Amino acid sequence: MREAPILKADSLSRYFPVRNAFGIKTGAVRALDGVSFEVQPGETLGIVGESGCGKSTLGKALAGIHALSGGAIAFEGEEISRLSVRERRAAAPRLQYCHQDPGNSLDPRWTIRRSLEEPLVVHTRLKAAERVTRIRDLLRQVGLPQTHLDLYPHELSGGQQRRVGLARILALHPRLVVLDEPTSGLDMSVQATVLKLFSELREAFALTYLFISHDLSVVRMMCDRVAVMYLGRIVEIAPTEDLFRAPQHPYTQSLLAAIPDIGGRRVTDTFALEGEPPDPARLPSGCRFRTRCPRAVAVCAETDPALRPLLPNHAAACLLAG
Amino acid sequence: MSTAIDVLRKLLRDPAAAVGLLIILLLVLIAIFAPLLATHPEAIWDMNPRQRLLPPSDMYVFGTDRMGADIYSRILFGARITMVIASVAVGAALLIGVPIGLISGWTQNWLGEVLMRVSDIFLAVPQIVLAIAISQTLGPSIENVILALSVTYWPWFTRLVHAEVRSLKNETFIEAAIALGVPTWRIILLHVLPNVASPIIVRTSIGMGFTILTASALGFLGLGAPPPAPEWGRMIAESREFLPQAWWYALAPGLAIFLVVMGFNLLGDGLRDVLDPRIRRAGARR
Amino acid sequence: MPAPDDNLLDVENLRVSFGTERGVAKVLDGVNLTIRRGEIMGLVGESGCGKTTLARAILGILPSNAQHEAGSIRFGGEDLLKMPHHRVDDQIRGRRITFIPQDPFASFNPLFRIGSQAREVMKWKSPRRPENAGRGLFGFFSRYPRARRKADEADAVEMMRTVQIPRADEAFDKLPHEFSGGQRQRLMIALALMPQPDLVIADEPTTALDVTIQAQILKLLKRLVKERGVSVLFTTHDLGTAYEICDRITVMYAGQEVEMAPVGDFFQRPSHPYTVRLLESLPKPGRELREIGGEIPGLIDPPAGCRFHPRCTHATDICRMERPATTSVSAAHALRCYHPVGATVLP
Repeated sequence: MREAPILKADSLSRYFPVRNAFGIKTGAVRALDGVSFEVQPGETLGIVGESGCGKSTLGKALAGIHALSGGAIAFEGEEISRLSVRERRAAAPRLQYCHQDPGNSLDPRWTIRRSLEEPLVVHTRLKAAERVTRIRDLLRQVGLPQTHLDLYPHELSGGQQRRVGLARILALHPRLVVLDEPTSGLDMSVQATVLKLFSELREAFALTYLFISHDLSVVRMMCDRVAVMYLGRIVEIAPTEDLFRAPQHPYTQSLLAAIPDIGGRRVTDTFALEGEPPDPARLPSGCRFRTRCPRAVAVCAETDPALRPLLPNHAAACLLAG
Repeated sequence: MSTAIDVLRKLLRDPAAAVGLLIILLLVLIAIFAPLLATHPEAIWDMNPRQRLLPPSDMYVFGTDRMGADIYSRILFGARITMVIASVAVGAALLIGVPIGLISGWTQNWLGEVLMRVSDIFLAVPQIVLAIAISQTLGPSIENVILALSVTYWPWFTRLVHAEVRSLKNETFIEAAIALGVPTWRIILLHVLPNVASPIIVRTSIGMGFTILTASALGFLGLGAPPPAPEWGRMIAESREFLPQAWWYALAPGLAIFLVVMGFNLLGDGLRDVLDPRIRRAGARR
Repeated sequence: MPAPDDNLLDVENLRVSFGTERGVAKVLDGVNLTIRRGEIMGLVGESGCGKTTLARAILGILPSNAQHEAGSIRFGGEDLLKMPHHRVDDQIRGRRITFIPQDPFASFNPLFRIGSQAREVMKWKSPRRPENAGRGLFGFFSRYPRARRKADEADAVEMMRTVQIPRADEAFDKLPHEFSGGQRQRLMIALALMPQPDLVIADEPTTALDVTIQAQILKLLKRLVKERGVSVLFTTHDLGTAYEICDRITVMYAGQEVEMAPVGDFFQRPSHPYTVRLLESLPKPGRELREIGGEIPGLIDPPAGCRFHPRCTHATDICRMERPATTSVSAAHALRCYHPVGATVLP
């Protein structure tokens, strides 16, 4: 009998109206278009996709930074998407959001000490001495020296800033952390260090991760399950190795075929996906991938496939799969 | 903050800004110590018909005016009036304009729009015309000048703060604070305001210069303090009928106004150069 | 080692430093690089390694605070650093050596149509333009004869078709924002190949693109340059991309080149400790991730000798004192290290 999921997303949607010169609505960009999934406590769920797929919007909607146009989010069994702002704030400590560069999430005019204390000041009633103890512990756990407390962010290196940003997120002992593109733009060697840090913190704090990334090799290494998004929908979701070894959706197959494999076949010799994603304000009828899909047939233009289970624990949104 | 000392040090490296700072310091000192520095402190209010319109000499450094009062001493005491008008007017504009700018910049709804349109209305009113209207109704005085100036200057602060807050709202660290659940009032006061402080400081300095110029114009038109207050603009107005023979009569106050306005402008420019790139560098990573 | 005159580009012992507020940054520390005719040379390195500076030095567009302290850049036999500036501006840059920049969203002037930007390139850099054609007064009053213009425009449209821009004849009238990132990179490739250059410098051209678009662009670029026999200097921080497209790879670390090998050799027998550790730090299923430890050094006060020594497990005293000279691991595989690694790493 499985534990109750720590996070349950149900038909999340977020629409941006597209207006013409007169301000009249001519269409909508569906950044999120009916996204549903569950996250088990302690697991790391990867969300992958290319630009415009909606993964960043999803992360920010879960964290409460963006509002939803529709759908419901249940965190630890409690419905949080319809809360008022103040109530949502009370839930924030256990569901945290980590920006792509956590170092940038620090106010440049505040000392590290002040930045680390802020979540504690806002959400807890700890006394000053207790706060300091907590902060010192955090610094130790992310591997930073205590002397950094009285420095400003610009006096630290990029890597150190990142650790401080992470420490701040962990100050409230969250249960679930949304990681938004944590390795984007990093050098290869720095990426390894950052991934190790995330793994260590996951152990130390018993965290559940929602790992949003466009880098599939990183996701393969860090995640238990992976969801692939395309133009606002989840098109496939499966345990990591199942997804990589036997992808069911044609988009997932193309995505995997596009990744360079050092020592293996050359993508430039084998890759076959043509064209670009369609204009998100004017999606094609039926399946949104059909304009580029190598296996599209007539029925794909008529029905918009829903995510259906093909194998145990493995679902895909394709009429032809399975 | 330790950064205030850094700012000062960098400022002094720029010769123009250092000059500006020096002038302002002198102005403040003169305003405070006018009674000690003036050669004829008691004479500024008196009428001395036999001494009138004397050219500059050992006894009267800038000569005397039509009442026979020492112009040099009047200039020194006039510095007080100038400082009071400028500080209070700009201070009031700050206190009105900045909070309105913070609110309108942060809220995305109708309130922000309304506040901006209100500030536009005040911006459209010409300062001098409003000052004349106020003086006609309430009588000429320093208080009315200050009223007219602050009422027409606050929108400059509002626009500045509004634009800065709008752009700051998209910064990662503000978004992170929201995600952490920090209450809005705390974000605005402790995160947004310190980060818009620099442009506000620059605008304040330049605003002081601008206000002094306008106040002098109002004084020239007779709308400021009534005589015999040693207001610089009024002194220039008085000198008109005695030009070009009594050239010293207009030169002294004119030079005073010129130096003070230039001082504030130089300081403001210097501050802008020092504060802006520092923000960029402090915010830049890797 | 190939004979020197087989090399199209020969950078020898290039030393460049930048004057900054905090001191002198020694950005390139005696770098050697060769590119043969018709080959794609990958320049791989992490931040601060100097690959962008090297690319700029070859193009002659180093910033004003850059000091060229030593070394030469020989292109087709002549030293570019000793060439008069106007010759470099007129005949080399944009004509015999062209450039594909990294950010497709910032590389076009947003106010001008693609057609006029392409025409601008062809007016000055078309292969049909005679070498001694003057520039007129500050670039005005120079002639663009109608016959040449028509021929150039036809070539441009043909090139648009070759890079698979949909509706190529209409593309001329469109503004840059009407194209996606991938399409803009295709346009940049077209503009880079229209002057029929000998060498194209591609500065991380696919970093800003999605992986499926990246695959398309790499495929296109590789095919076009091989067809035309054009050499490419392809800088990247992603080893996977280097594996895809490059014939040879040079690795740089903190302003020093450390290893140069043909692509097969490079990935099967990496010999420099940095290269080995770098390959080990890539995520690969079934293999544990190994960090390198330490951080990339600053360039204002860099470590002496081999700049990798503070982080290298094989470092000895001589590594800390003097930078190793170039040695050969095999015929085409060169190295700068006193303690090469013998192990085979992947796949």
